[in-house]
Amino acid sequence: MSKTFTARHAIGRKVTGQALVAKDGFSARYDLDRIKGSFSRPTHKLAGESYVGKILILDTAKGGVASAWMLREMASRGIVPLAVVLNTVNPILAQGAAFGDLTLLAGFEGDITSLVPSGATVELDPAARSLKIVQG
Amino acid sequence: MKLNALEQEMLAGRLGRGVKQAIEHQIKVGEFFGADDFVEVSQAHIMADTESLGEEGVKWMEQLGREDDGKLRVRIPTIMDPRGTDFAKTAVLRHPDWVVSLERRCVDAFRKLGILMTDTCINYQTIQAPARGESVAFGDTGVVIYSNSVCGARSNFEGGPSAVAAGLTGRTPRYGFHLDRHRQATVRIQCDWTPMTLNDWGALGGVVGRLGGNYWAVPVVEGLSTTPTSDQLKHFGAAMASFGSSAMFHLAGITPEAVRLQDCGGDKLPVARRIGEKDVRALQNTYAGGKDIDVVVFSAPQLSLYELRDLARICDGRTFVKPLLAITSPQVKPDADRMGLTARIEAAGGHVLSGMCFYQSYAREIAEANGWKRLATNSAKLVNILGGYGYVPLLGSMEQCVEAACSGRLS
Repeated sequence: MSKTFTARHAIGRKVTGQALVAKDGFSARYDLDRIKGSFSRPTHKLAGESYVGKILILDTAKGGVASAWMLREMASRGIVPLAVVLNTVNPILAQGAAFGDLTLLAGFEGDITSLVPSGATVELDPAARSLKIVQG
Repeated sequence: MKLNALEQEMLAGRLGRGVKQAIEHQIKVGEFFGADDFVEVSQAHIMADTESLGEEGVKWMEQLGREDDGKLRVRIPTIMDPRGTDFAKTAVLRHPDWVVSLERRCVDAFRKLGILMTDTCINYQTIQAPARGESVAFGDTGVVIYSNSVCGARSNFEGGPSAVAAGLTGRTPRYGFHLDRHRQATVRIQCDWTPMTLNDWGALGGVVGRLGGNYWAVPVVEGLSTTPTSDQLKHFGAAMASFGSSAMFHLAGITPEAVRLQDCGGDKLPVARRIGEKDVRALQNTYAGGKDIDVVVFSAPQLSLYELRDLARICDGRTFVKPLLAITSPQVKPDADRMGLTARIEAAGGHVLSGMCFYQSYAREIAEANGWKRLATNSAKLVNILGGYGYVPLLGSMEQCVEAACSGRLS
């Protein structure tokens, strides 16, 4: 039976994809090798993992303001996550999602990084502010 | 969101396509955060280095400049964060031609909109500090946290596209730190040790930022035995924003919205954590690996005139065996030149650059071009950022970093 979680904040299109989950932060500048499409910050829990086409489920938005530009730039080259899901969001990720047409959900009852297993197939529906575990 | 008559005109496109596009973007963001309406802002500050924009972002800016028959202009004073290069020092950095070319296109696109190319992340020290209660739309996390906390102004983190939009509409959605309720303290910290050096202040900011943990946390810190200087607060806030994505802090008895602890609601909070010198040293020790270094960088934030004065004094009579870069704003650099500070630093073998910031200037590309991996700095913010760019960043005092430039080793 599928599980569904409701977000307080949501923007973007309905998408379905594979979740890549970690209890860690997210910043496009601090954490990513945006050329290779992988997490590059050595201390990040997803260091070395590819983020391309994945639904990233992480704890909180971190770092500076560059992600607001970078998400669109990454999308223009197809080296971009399918969506980002966070426990707590900052304005930069919201602005970057609005500018880059990226799906973003944030703010759940409970720690979303412990509620969704990494590798699960999940469906995000921003209009309904819902995250559904379809498989896994 | 509730729109007034002018905002409805903007949304209807009666002030042009560029303004319509800007307010549509702002409404999306405002609705995401549940903003009721807009707040007028007096100035905007845009973070827009081309490593962040890429070709895609530059094309978007160029297209914006063509809107409304090329007549689109910002409505309020709108200024610029550091660029991605110092055009006078591209050879020192070994920036390739494509970087310089993309930067020039970007500068032209911003100028066309009437944006003032101040190229600085220390505008609160060099251009115009916002006043208490002044609503602004600032990019650069260090600028926002200083403006909110030290000046008592009101801003969220405004990423580049949103800051451009704020410049074009003269407003921003009213959420986050524009609201009184988000400016109250959420975590109370007792500090049993007061730093002296800039790298110690930065490291303390990093410790506090990690404790806060997210954008909405507002730490109030008690127990500091002295009032920090503007440069110390600059490093403290910039590191806190970097490590914690924090946008505001209070220092009890020091910052304007915490003259009394109860002013920021700190008296209602239990002390969540006591911080001492050992906590600061523990953070610093995570950036104290092997000692050999390839380059020394003073940047992030750009150096004030006082920092350059201190650096020049330490450089006097020294000879560097490793490159040393000191990066300041275009407002400070002419004074540093005129007062002989630049000459003293460069006589030792250093380079004084302006209008850029190291991590915003294609840090990965210049590492590869110059063979730089092990980087010494006194900026806690910089060491937090550069790991993701492939560097091994090392944190030391200004004196230790200059000594490292002379010996090739950080003591």
